[in-house]
Amino acid sequence: MIRQFTQSEFLFILASARWTLLLTVMSMLLGGLLGFLVALARTSRLAPLRALAAGWIGVIQGVPVLMLLFLSYYGLALAGFDLPPLIAATVSMALYASGFLGEIWRGSIQAVPWQQWEASSALAFSRPQQYRYVILPQAMRIAIPPTVGFLVQLVKNTSIVSIIGVVELARAGNLVNNATFQPFKVFGTVAAIYFVICWPISLLARRLEGRLHARRAG
Amino acid sequence: MPVVQVEGVHKRFGAVEVLKGIDLAVEGGEVVAIIGRSGSGKSTLLRCINGLEQIQSGRIEVSGHSIDPSGKGLRELRKDVGIVFQSYNLFPHLRVGENIMLAPRIVLGVSKAEARSRAEETLAEVGLAERFDAWPDNLSGGQQQRVAIARSLAMRPKVMLFDEVTSALDPELTGEVLATMERLARHGMTMLLVTHEMGFARRVATTTVFMHQGKVWEMGPSERIFGAPETPELRQFLGGGLK
Ligand SMILES: Nc1ncnc2c1ncn2[C@@H]1O[C@H](COP(=O)(O)OP(=O)(O)OP(=O)(O)O)[C@@H](O)[C@H]1O
Ligand SMILES: [Mg+2]
Repeated sequence: MIRQFTQSEFLFILASARWTLLLTVMSMLLGGLLGFLVALARTSRLAPLRALAAGWIGVIQGVPVLMLLFLSYYGLALAGFDLPPLIAATVSMALYASGFLGEIWRGSIQAVPWQQWEASSALAFSRPQQYRYVILPQAMRIAIPPTVGFLVQLVKNTSIVSIIGVVELARAGNLVNNATFQPFKVFGTVAAIYFVICWPISLLARRLEGRLHARRAG
Repeated sequence: MPVVQVEGVHKRFGAVEVLKGIDLAVEGGEVVAIIGRSGSGKSTLLRCINGLEQIQSGRIEVSGHSIDPSGKGLRELRKDVGIVFQSYNLFPHLRVGENIMLAPRIVLGVSKAEARSRAEETLAEVGLAERFDAWPDNLSGGQQQRVAIARSLAMRPKVMLFDEVTSALDPELTGEVLATMERLARHGMTMLLVTHEMGFARRVATTTVFMHQGKVWEMGPSERIFGAPETPELRQFLGGGLK
């Protein structure tokens, strides 16, 4: 039986966007936390920590997200951890984010001129004080554009978790399309919702950037 | 007792020995100019005295804090030794006043009010009292360099090191920074300065040190060093340098 694309189908798709949002927020938070540690390790004075972080970044960036997803879902299930799809999805997206954010933030930290390290050393700052008061505030400004760029990618890439059965935005669209055979309406709606999520993020980034620059010029 | 005591200091970068046994003592209130050719080790010596570079052998003592090759006590030493570089290296994300208050606040742990009064005081000392709320980017090079000096002074160092602090500045801005340093000298600050401004060294420095190939080659009262150089190397350097 072919259904129509009515308000209830629309609401179903709209409601499923909450999983997309939740997944994005959770993987950004967890992945950001881990990615921050990776970035710190990557710029550490201890060579083993640097190597470990470099390895982590290399592996995460070199493996398709899909494999991370399968590993978290099927792999961990085999190992005896039976994770609900949403948890497995969050874990894999967070791991994915940690590798990319770690690398973005490493670059931002290293983009701060080395003289800033020297000037703060000369004033007897400890290493943590240098990070906290001198390096990270400057690295943050540098990190905003690429971080937001990645966040937008992340929103869209969450669609991949539909493969293990999480009914997020893309999967909801697919289900509705299967029942209605109205791909233009259905996927047009889905695309519009993705856009409505991503657009404000980009706008916000531009505003933040603008404000930081204005503050310095003012 | 001297404020700065450098004894038999050797410093290597890899296989290259840059400081080959430096002995130097600076008394309180003394102004010592260090001159010499490019690569003779002047900057390296200053960086060792501030603990930015670790030494391979010898001893450096600043007002009771000593460091040796083990590298212990570096941070304690740095609290007593201010250093200003050719590039001003202000913290661009902080206003001028915050630049100056930061180190006393977090390194020395003084109160916010105390840090603020130190910042106001040192900014006045370098003639920039009215720029407390300015952003570093909006200052001229000479002003930024004076803020960098104020930032060091706010730590109340026992000695100030200056490494070619006017080399990046236009001639008209050089003057205001040199005037600031001269004023510091008059107020009794103990200073060690690497400079290519021979006129300034001769006039302001009590003692001048000529470094050559990683050694203190010749040293004495500035009048004597510039007026009656003894070694051929110094004579040649001054002949070339004053052209
Ligand atoms: N971090 C370093 N690693 C390796 N070699 C260094 C380093 N810093 C300085 N050197 C070398 O040590 C020597 C002395 O350098 P230094 O900067 O102390 O000379 P300088 O007298 O200050 O010269 P200039 O007048 O050009 O500033 C030079 O040969 C330089 O190449
Ligand atoms: Mg030098």
